[in-house]
Amino acid sequence: MTAPLADTTVRAPARTPAEKLSRLLGHAPVHVALGVVGLIWLLPTVGLLVTSFRPRSDIQNSGWWTIFGGNVDLTLENYELVLGADLAAQTMLQAFLNTIQITIPSTILPLLLASMAAFAFAWIKFPFRDTLFLAVIALLLVPIQMVLLPLGEIYRDLGLIGSFLPIWITHTTFALPFGIFLLRNFFITLPKDLIEAARIDGATNVGIFRQIVLPLSVPALASYAIFQFLWVWNDLLIALVFAPRPGGQPMTTQIGSLLGTYGAEWHILAAASFLVMVVPLAVFFSLQRFFVQGLLAGSVK
Amino acid sequence: MTAATAGAERVERRGPGMFGGWSIAASLFVVPAIFLLVVFMLYPVVSTIILSFEPGIDNYVRLLTADPKFLDLGTFPPRGALFNNLLWVVFYVSGTIVIGLLVAVMATRVRYEAHIKAIVFIPQAIAAVALGVIWRFVYAPEENTGLLNAVLGVANVGPVSWLGSQTWVNTALIIAGIWGSVGFVTVILSAALKGISTEILEAARVDGATEGQVFRRIIVPMLSLPISVVAVTLVINVIKLFDLIYTMTQGGPANSSRVIAFSMYQEALPARNFDYGAAIAVIMLIILIPVMIFNVRRFTAERVTQ
Repeated sequence: MTAPLADTTVRAPARTPAEKLSRLLGHAPVHVALGVVGLIWLLPTVGLLVTSFRPRSDIQNSGWWTIFGGNVDLTLENYELVLGADLAAQTMLQAFLNTIQITIPSTILPLLLASMAAFAFAWIKFPFRDTLFLAVIALLLVPIQMVLLPLGEIYRDLGLIGSFLPIWITHTTFALPFGIFLLRNFFITLPKDLIEAARIDGATNVGIFRQIVLPLSVPALASYAIFQFLWVWNDLLIALVFAPRPGGQPMTTQIGSLLGTYGAEWHILAAASFLVMVVPLAVFFSLQRFFVQGLLAGSVK
Repeated sequence: MTAATAGAERVERRGPGMFGGWSIAASLFVVPAIFLLVVFMLYPVVSTIILSFEPGIDNYVRLLTADPKFLDLGTFPPRGALFNNLLWVVFYVSGTIVIGLLVAVMATRVRYEAHIKAIVFIPQAIAAVALGVIWRFVYAPEENTGLLNAVLGVANVGPVSWLGSQTWVNTALIIAGIWGSVGFVTVILSAALKGISTEILEAARVDGATEGQVFRRIIVPMLSLPISVVAVTLVINVIKLFDLIYTMTQGGPANSSRVIAFSMYQEALPARNFDYGAAIAVIMLIILIPVMIFNVRRFTAERVTQ
């Protein structure tokens, strides 16, 4: 019964040029539609990228698309300007370094704390475990706006204003519910026999966590780490409220300031925007698989 | 495997030792995370709720009846941040899902599927701030700068100051938002599409169904679950929407593009109306509570069926 149907799913390769042509024409509307989609999704970004390499006077006199008509005069001076000049209280180079200083601890800390907690939720028995886990799931959606004002007071009382600690703590805390949820659901699929056998052999929980659970969970840990890294790298709101001024602003808030002062100076805005985009794009193209997995898993956040 | 493991665990939980208190190991692993969540999330949430009621319920009354920047029912169509969020929910969510699904379905029929999916997915990787700059540039009011006005100029339309016009600003922002999110929908639905048996699709085609019928009668109904998951995620995006508005319009012109999350920031921080901003945050939380309950229920339901 299924055999004839199955046969139809295997399309015979087109043999003659006429057959190839008719297949191509049959698919023509799809190719045209996808071509339009491709252009709409590429052109806005390409336009800004091209602009970041054009001299200011060219940008003011002609559209970026004129470079395809031979108006090709490219320069690095926009990047030199934004990286080197104090355009909004600090240079973009400083902002780049600040973004790195903010992002690395805000990725490593939640990775460590969430994987520890997730291990306990998956493999250690303790009172109220399931209730606590449901509470963690409920916390997944708490908007950051719900904590900004009291957190400001807490950080002031603790004397942390002026350092990166408020940003690190806020990012770490808000990354925990998703991390615990994601990693616990992964850890629980690890073979129970393996973990029980290790326990019988006298392995401690710390030993099981470090030598069995973590090594077997590299894909899930990588997905979460990449997701969190990009989340923090691209964050605007937490930095806007807690990044130390002056001199401690990451690239996102720096661009926010540039927009206020140089809202129509496209040579500055284009170059600054590509500086914030370059690392995420590199991560995306080199680690696409983990990235997409993190996204699929993260669709609950 | 999962089912067996979870089952075995539930049985063991009833065993001795369960109520023997926290072991040192459990404390070591869980306490750092729980500590952070209690001190830097739960406690501030409670403080914000209390802060919002500092002047009784005045903040809420004012937000819903006397603040045209937040909700203005005195005009038609209504205006204000809350109504703009509703526009976003209707047009951004449906637009993103329709385009994302169409791209996913069309992409399965061509050899460059992976490439087209990667292209629409790129905006997912970049900062909303950069996305905002990209689209401010597309919408630039000068014909020799902004791509959109240049294209329309060929047809002798415009130029239009898209982000400077109260008529166009929300449409322009929502289009930029859709552009940023289609890739997410395409990737999720594309994964779900692979789960539909090609036999069913081919059987329908053999029976004479057109591609339109296959799409409407088979693909859409069979994807209803992943589509609803994606829709919930996009609605959450709308409630939390901030970066794009902050970068592209600062809520303007004349506050016509404000949304709830932007109003909260604007009132609480630059304007320093702390309790008023806190009340807006509480409204955000209230809107999200049904989704939280849905998440918890979905999780407990999954455990029961395991």
